[in-house]
Amino acid sequence: MQKFEVETGLVAPMDRPNVDTDAIIPKQYLKSIKRAGFGPNLFDDWRYLDPGAPDADNSQRRINPDFVLNQPRYAGATILLARENFGCGSSREHAVWALTDYGFRAVIAPAFADIFYNNSFKNGFLPIALKEEEVDALFKACFANEGYSLTIDLAAQTVSTPDGEAYHFDIDPFRKHCLLNGLDDIELTLQHRAEIENYEARRRQEAPWLFGGA
Amino acid sequence: MAGKTLYDKVWDAHVVRSEEDGTALLYIDRHLIHEVTSPQAFEGLRLAGRQPWRVGSILGVADHNVPTTDRASGIADPVSRTQVDTLDANCTAFGITEFRMNDLRQGIVHVIGPEQGATLPGMTVVCGDSHTATHGAFGALAFGIGTSEVEHVMATQCLVQKKSKNMRVTVKGHVGPGVEGKDIVLAIIGELGTAGGTGYTIEFAGEAIADLSMEGRMTVCNMAIEAGARAGMVAVDQTTIDYVKNRPYGPTAAQWEAAVASWQDLHSDEDAVFDKEIVIDAATIKPQVTWGTSPEMVVPVDAVVPDPAAESDSVKASGMEKALAYMGISAGMPITDIAIDKVFIGSCTNSRIEDLRSAAAVIKGRRKADSVSVAMVVPGSGLVKQQAEKEGLDKIFTDAGFEWREPGCSMCLAMNADRLEPGERCASTSNRNFEGRQGQGGRTHLVSPAMAAAAAIAGHFVDARAF
Repeated sequence: MQKFEVETGLVAPMDRPNVDTDAIIPKQYLKSIKRAGFGPNLFDDWRYLDPGAPDADNSQRRINPDFVLNQPRYAGATILLARENFGCGSSREHAVWALTDYGFRAVIAPAFADIFYNNSFKNGFLPIALKEEEVDALFKACFANEGYSLTIDLAAQTVSTPDGEAYHFDIDPFRKHCLLNGLDDIELTLQHRAEIENYEARRRQEAPWLFGGA
Repeated sequence: MAGKTLYDKVWDAHVVRSEEDGTALLYIDRHLIHEVTSPQAFEGLRLAGRQPWRVGSILGVADHNVPTTDRASGIADPVSRTQVDTLDANCTAFGITEFRMNDLRQGIVHVIGPEQGATLPGMTVVCGDSHTATHGAFGALAFGIGTSEVEHVMATQCLVQKKSKNMRVTVKGHVGPGVEGKDIVLAIIGELGTAGGTGYTIEFAGEAIADLSMEGRMTVCNMAIEAGARAGMVAVDQTTIDYVKNRPYGPTAAQWEAAVASWQDLHSDEDAVFDKEIVIDAATIKPQVTWGTSPEMVVPVDAVVPDPAAESDSVKASGMEKALAYMGISAGMPITDIAIDKVFIGSCTNSRIEDLRSAAAVIKGRRKADSVSVAMVVPGSGLVKQQAEKEGLDKIFTDAGFEWREPGCSMCLAMNADRLEPGERCASTSNRNFEGRQGQGGRTHLVSPAMAAAAAIAGHFVDARAF
């Protein structure tokens, strides 16, 4: 997994609540059996004026000039600014894959849906929850200043603005450790192999019906 | 010390080890997989040279991409076909049991798990699908996971988890006739909001929940995720035990008594403390209809479309305005004035036998309105379909001008050929009314099976209790 340490980058504002994973990556692109290549279809329904298909050449499609990510001032953004309940809905990890494939490294919002939040950490992508008024201030600053960028320091757990303000964010210590070091958590779990086997052996005795093979 | 909640009990029974910060390694009893969220996980296993930890814990089925019409000729869309073929190949390669497309037992993963007894009380159940919450109806701890976690469970039989908080939603008293599980859960989501349950496991309790059949409880738990909660649960009672008995993957006859004895404890202790409690009076719940693009945008059928101008939260108000524009309706419009183009009865929320019976009871002897171009019924599994045909429900539907289809996820998310065209409006028994969910530009109104059936007859929303 890609490490996350410090990220300084341009901010793109997604100013609507409850952005769901269907909006982040529509269902037709979920037919891929790969992890890569979802970036061109990130926010597909909002980003293009004509319908897309998994095998379509996206460069031939009509761009929606009103959509925020299509505005030249946000080209190359690596930090997404969002509203409450970002990533709600379907469990599709493709939503995170689409965001990272597009080039985003982090998303800042007042709150995230649980499954999306969880999926993010498995992909070196950092979801940061700040207070609603802090997010609001960032939106205002982002709209007001072209080229607005932020610096995220995971070790220090801060989001720093160009004028020197630093917002603190909370993160689970285990997740922080994995992200800072780019650790694969399957390998970490398998270090406890003996404990898993012991648990399993005990449960087979106690509740054998749980082991009825499918 | 305070007693334990149902969630506490199932959680505690599955902790393999825990860290000082509360991070736990949680053992997973049942892992359901489907074609959309598993291919990259299998690829990960292969790249790392790993094998599934316990193959017998996994049950596979293709549901999202399968056609609901003629299956003899296979899947027409080559991309969909590749995904289903990939699942078949992976299950074969790793020795995983799979119900293939033409197996009678094939169906929506959240319908077949309980139907087969692969979902049992007190289990931990996961699947790469947010509607895994459905299985909580059995007093199981069931939640949706991403593809990396699918791989993690296959490789280790465990997940690294932090415990959620406890919430109880008590639906006090009894609902009136014609009010279904779907109406109950939509009313709950309307009250809680779409993020109200984030960070919680919700236990649904109260007489109105106990009154429900297992099908009704599954509908309620299924939509816990639409209130933001990864898991919903209902305590085990005789209704649960009666449902589970004699299912193919359930306890053997020799294990049955011990299993039932162990399930007696699967309820919250009387002195259990919840982090949040909500109480709803069942008698006030009417048939519900969503009007917007989030399941929390819901009102009773006799209400009007809400006005964003009356909303004090500006972010919320702008969300409502966007929703009204997308849905092509305006504030103040009576819900019963909203005309529909299509009707979809199906999905992991409402495609079980009881749902089909409820819709058929409304439809019997009537015909769909001419203005409704398509009304389709998609049973949740081959076995549900077979049962419905035995009861003659298919005939009631087809006589009324409905299409009787093969089982799958179908137009709930339109990954197969079943979808809305831009601007089309649908009365749907599914779970999400997000923009484009049922097809790009399509407009979805979530309702119960009886309400969808009534809308098909009238051509617009109408109180199904009048039928």
